[in-house]
Amino acid sequence: MSLWCQPARSRLRPRHAVCYGRADLVAIKLNPLIGAKSAAAMEGGSSNFAMPTISRGFSGRRNAADVKLPPGQYLTTDFPVLSAGPTPHVPLDKWEFTISDGANVLRRWDWKSFRELPSETATVDLHCVTRWSKLGTTWEGVSLDTLFADLNTDASHVMAHSYGDYTTNLPLNDLRNKQAWIAFRFNGEDLAPEHGGPARLLVPHLYLWKSAKWVRGITLMRSDKPGFWESLGYHIYGDPWREQRYSGE
Amino acid sequence: MWRVGTVVALRDETATARTITLEVRDWPGHVAGQHVDVRLTATDGYSAVRSYSIASAPNSEKRVELTVERLPKGEVSPYLTQEVAVGDHLELRGPIGGWFVWRAQQTEPIQLIAGGSGIVPLMAMIRSRVSAGSAVPFRLLYSVREPGAVFYRDELEVLAHRDDSVSIDYAYTRAAPKDWPRRPGRIDAALIANTTWPSNLVPTFYVCGPTSFVESASDFLSAAGNNPDRIKTERFGPTGDRK
Amino acid sequence: MSSQTYNYLDGNAAAGELSKIFAIDVTAAEAQCAHCGATKRFAETHLYMHGPGVVARCVACQHVLLRLVNVRQRVFLDVRGMTYLSFDTTQVQA
Repeated sequence: MSLWCQPARSRLRPRHAVCYGRADLVAIKLNPLIGAKSAAAMEGGSSNFAMPTISRGFSGRRNAADVKLPPGQYLTTDFPVLSAGPTPHVPLDKWEFTISDGANVLRRWDWKSFRELPSETATVDLHCVTRWSKLGTTWEGVSLDTLFADLNTDASHVMAHSYGDYTTNLPLNDLRNKQAWIAFRFNGEDLAPEHGGPARLLVPHLYLWKSAKWVRGITLMRSDKPGFWESLGYHIYGDPWREQRYSGE
Repeated sequence: MWRVGTVVALRDETATARTITLEVRDWPGHVAGQHVDVRLTATDGYSAVRSYSIASAPNSEKRVELTVERLPKGEVSPYLTQEVAVGDHLELRGPIGGWFVWRAQQTEPIQLIAGGSGIVPLMAMIRSRVSAGSAVPFRLLYSVREPGAVFYRDELEVLAHRDDSVSIDYAYTRAAPKDWPRRPGRIDAALIANTTWPSNLVPTFYVCGPTSFVESASDFLSAAGNNPDRIKTERFGPTGDRK
Repeated sequence: MSSQTYNYLDGNAAAGELSKIFAIDVTAAEAQCAHCGATKRFAETHLYMHGPGVVARCVACQHVLLRLVNVRQRVFLDVRGMTYLSFDTTQVQA
């Protein structure tokens, strides 16, 4: 199948060329997969079958890339801001991070004591369940291994809580062994509120909804319970490499 | 339920905005103020959905006009304002919305307040008023960045001159025409007081534009003594992933 | 525009999604917040759509009123945040 590419017609369009494979052109012209009803559809009739009408020349925001991405993801060079509520603004003199077992607070840090902990830099890839991936992002944060040092627990899971009302659940083991940080700097600058600042949880091996923005603490749990999105159809674990977006996958 | 419309006409409104006229064979009709969702699908099945207000008055011709502003980092608006050609097909869902609407049966004075592309549904209301032959008094306050950003300018000029019961005030936020009496700037309490119906007439207000504009205008209207129940709002903003 | 960044829209923006489920236009429906009791038209609630799902919040207290997620061929809807949604049955979707 030969590939026919046309250069972008206007400098205001995305930089990549719009490429049609021959099969794509056939699909646009004849809609063989849609069948007889497509004729009516093409003349402005109603679309009462499942296959959507293909929009000539539309490809969206995606970029082709040679990098290996988890299934169903596309590469972005921007940093999209997704939110389920108003951006909290937490003054640093009020900020705290706690580890609790549900009944008692086991550890607490205010901003000063938190920033005195050893921190490290990590360059990681981010994968959002809304299908964008951003590679090679650099963060500075305190490893959860540091925060859990000297903490004995038989908890199997945690619930991360954010300022505002966001929650997300994770297995405790996914926070350990250099897999997670409480991150406060992104790409060399203080983490902006719209991206979760002053500090957010960062767990890059799972979909980004597990990396709770504006994190304020974690609660240890003896069994798994679904957080904000997990309770409404999203996967309880969320491994992008196994494409675990929704419950039941 | 998705319907397919055929593009029958295109008209540039400004350097960055275009009106698309669609013929939708099974269009059920609409009311001024309603919007449609437009769905674009790439050949690999990737799709994006965006909402656009209907700019045209209800009519019997199965035609729907949408005015789309190109957003600099948009995913859909560049396609709709630069790529779409006459003869193309667009999938639509709608008409949608039953609250932010104006019907000719309403008799109270109407105050329209538009911020930028928020003029689109309000223009549908103005056009609906004209085609219904209504004499209900309408005032429009239309806030834009600069004169080149005004949509439907000629049509609005003709209307304001011809019809005593329609009055239009423009407010410029970045650059105003030469000798404009008001310095460019955001809307403020004084502007609202000078250009809108007084509260004792108990008008219905329709405020449409970016969220910050709508919140600002609504606050000024409330502060001017209007009952919040009389203020209807529609907020516009990017709904693709924000950057 | 104001220097404050507003990251929400209003109930009008979710009306298309909700029209998949509700036979009557939802923007004109009245919603009572289960947390603070404030009653508003759904069109006037604050709407967050830039994310894994749709979240409507009470203007007065910011608590979640409604959440919606599309999961393949299903729609998940959570309305626990509202004591009620009240619809005028003389109105329909077009």
